[in-house]
Amino acid sequence: MADDPRPFDSWTCPAPLSGGGQVLLGHGSGGKLSADLVRDLFLPAFHNPALARMDDQAILAINGLRLAFTTDSFVVKPLFFPGGDIGSLAVHGTVNDLAMGGAQPLFLSAAFIIEEGLPMETLERIVASLRRAAADAGVQVVTGDTKVVEKGSGDGIFINTSGIGVVPDGVALSADQARPGDRILLSGAIGDHGIAILAQREGLEFESTVASDSAALHTLVAGMLGASKEIRCLRDPTRGGVSSALNEIAGQSGVGVELDERAIPVREEVRGACELLGLDPLYVANEGKLLAIVAPEAAESVLSAMRRHPLGAQAAIVGSVSAAHPRTVTMRTVVGPTRIVDMLAGDQLPRIC
Amino acid sequence: MKYIDEYREEGIARSLAARIARRATRPWCLMEICGGQTHTIMRYGLDDLLPAGLRLVHGPGCPVCVTPLETVDRAIEIASRPDVTFVSYGDMLRVPGSKLDLFRVKAAGGDVRVVYSPMDALALARARRGRKVVFFGIGFETTAPANAMAVFQARREGLDNFSMLVSHVLVPPAIRMLLSSPRNLVQGFIAPGHVCTVVGWEEYEALARDFRVPIVVAGFEPADLLESVLMLVAQLEEVRTEVENQYARSVRREGNVAAKDMIGRVFEVCDRKWRGIGTIPGSGLRLRQEFAAHDAEKLFGVGGISAEEPPECISAEVLQGLKRPTDCPVFGLACTPEHPMGAPMVSSEGACAAYYQYRRHSIPREKEA
Repeated sequence: MADDPRPFDSWTCPAPLSGGGQVLLGHGSGGKLSADLVRDLFLPAFHNPALARMDDQAILAINGLRLAFTTDSFVVKPLFFPGGDIGSLAVHGTVNDLAMGGAQPLFLSAAFIIEEGLPMETLERIVASLRRAAADAGVQVVTGDTKVVEKGSGDGIFINTSGIGVVPDGVALSADQARPGDRILLSGAIGDHGIAILAQREGLEFESTVASDSAALHTLVAGMLGASKEIRCLRDPTRGGVSSALNEIAGQSGVGVELDERAIPVREEVRGACELLGLDPLYVANEGKLLAIVAPEAAESVLSAMRRHPLGAQAAIVGSVSAAHPRTVTMRTVVGPTRIVDMLAGDQLPRIC
Repeated sequence: MKYIDEYREEGIARSLAARIARRATRPWCLMEICGGQTHTIMRYGLDDLLPAGLRLVHGPGCPVCVTPLETVDRAIEIASRPDVTFVSYGDMLRVPGSKLDLFRVKAAGGDVRVVYSPMDALALARARRGRKVVFFGIGFETTAPANAMAVFQARREGLDNFSMLVSHVLVPPAIRMLLSSPRNLVQGFIAPGHVCTVVGWEEYEALARDFRVPIVVAGFEPADLLESVLMLVAQLEEVRTEVENQYARSVRREGNVAAKDMIGRVFEVCDRKWRGIGTIPGSGLRLRQEFAAHDAEKLFGVGGISAEEPPECISAEVLQGLKRPTDCPVFGLACTPEHPMGAPMVSSEGACAAYYQYRRHSIPREKEA
């Protein structure tokens, strides 16, 4: 490169990075890198009809009974945070994956991968919390496993839970069923969990009154299904936030999604933290919220059913499904024009200024 | 949210847009320099509110994008050392160097951390005296005072395990270079409000005078940017070439005197290479000799690392407004935020990445990835 500035005509750009020989944190972010990993490695390796549905749970027909089956691993740091801990989260996350299939959750497994040196008192608190959350959700932990790894090979404790539930007759929810004209319902304010966790992170501590929204959503779902069978699809917008969940639905259904930014509830404290940190609440994780794609004629009755439930008191219709721009999520911004709501490559990064 | 929502109100935005449309009697081409402003324009779709003849061109004001390839390579070299804790603002981590980015260094075992302030890096150095803590000091004039303060404080406390890899850039020399080009199309500038909060706008008065171009110092919210466009259009229509201040709630003519003083005590002006552009004389800041003990480039002997930037994309035309990001044959295909080929695709504040992230739906179908 010459030392003198080049004339404009010859300004250049760097070449891209070649290949990706390593697993990056972004592969676990719930964004594009995660989706690529599933599409390119896991789906081809294990291909079968139940997996190909690409929902939060597999639906398995056995002797006339339709079982929902799911698994999730929990690696949250810190282990205890305002609004919950890794124990309650391990129940809520898996119960919610079952609930998003319309299933009544019944049984869980719990596997603990513990780093040596973890204080026994910490483990006891986590187990007590997990037990309480399971009892509150009406599910039983019926099998489990314990492994201890050497100091430095883990991060305190990781928990995996799997869950089984039964899908009632007449319920068939899937992310490939959104149709143009359908309404998009959101059960409450977004971003609480992600901001509550972020506020506790080392080097980032800021004073915050935001608590995680971690909660089991299956009774909310039961109320919604009681109001109408015209619910096409449910998703809980966890990692990757509302953006990732809606992009997945748009992709699997081959439709466009149109959001109205003004209709999306976000708490003042969460908005403030996002403004400060340069984050977009649409990409921040939730652990007690759901998105529902509902036929237009059923939208109001489902919305009323949601609002009657404490976990859906702030529910709102936030957008609709469109035939235009398939596989793309757009949003009418607060000042009027429309923009894309893209799925991020990896984790949302704070901007420099 | 108070003091935010007022500037994002649809009625105010539409009323400003209508006034712009009434005021503009012919086409004008304006440039916003700062990547933060580009981000706002794209995120809220402000260019859709403007009359057809009025063009906004997105300048080279994304500090992440213009940090030279070889500086990223130097950062990666330092961050890969086992005795180093490398500390950076978040969005620098996925900026590709010649072969790696900092995320990959972290994946391979490097101690790479994200902070919101260089003072957090300083705190790490205090707490971990056995580690060499290196902060990646990049950015425009906006981040310079805090970075200067961190180095100043490190010297005062005798924190010899704290150093900074400095690649600061300055806005006015870049504007001067843009305006000096015979192919320049830009008729008015939206000046960066946060940069001017620190350094004021005296330097911009010289630019307005020398090149007979109107400049408006602007904020970062939708109403700020629309109002600054209105002010520029009014100047152009009235054939005025002044520096005006739209961002009066933050910026004074002389800037922040204490912050400027701190910059001057720790840094000195130098020539600086810009990614994809080349060296612009007097466009950078480096540590003064008296702070050499905290200069990571010298401490780790990485000054010799250089990198060739092969000519692959059209960022030249994009950054001077001759082409739009979507005119590029590789936009959204070979060049995406996951695999950026050019500086403007690197950070969401870069023109190409902002187009890709927020405006892809207006691109012809055959170009979709």
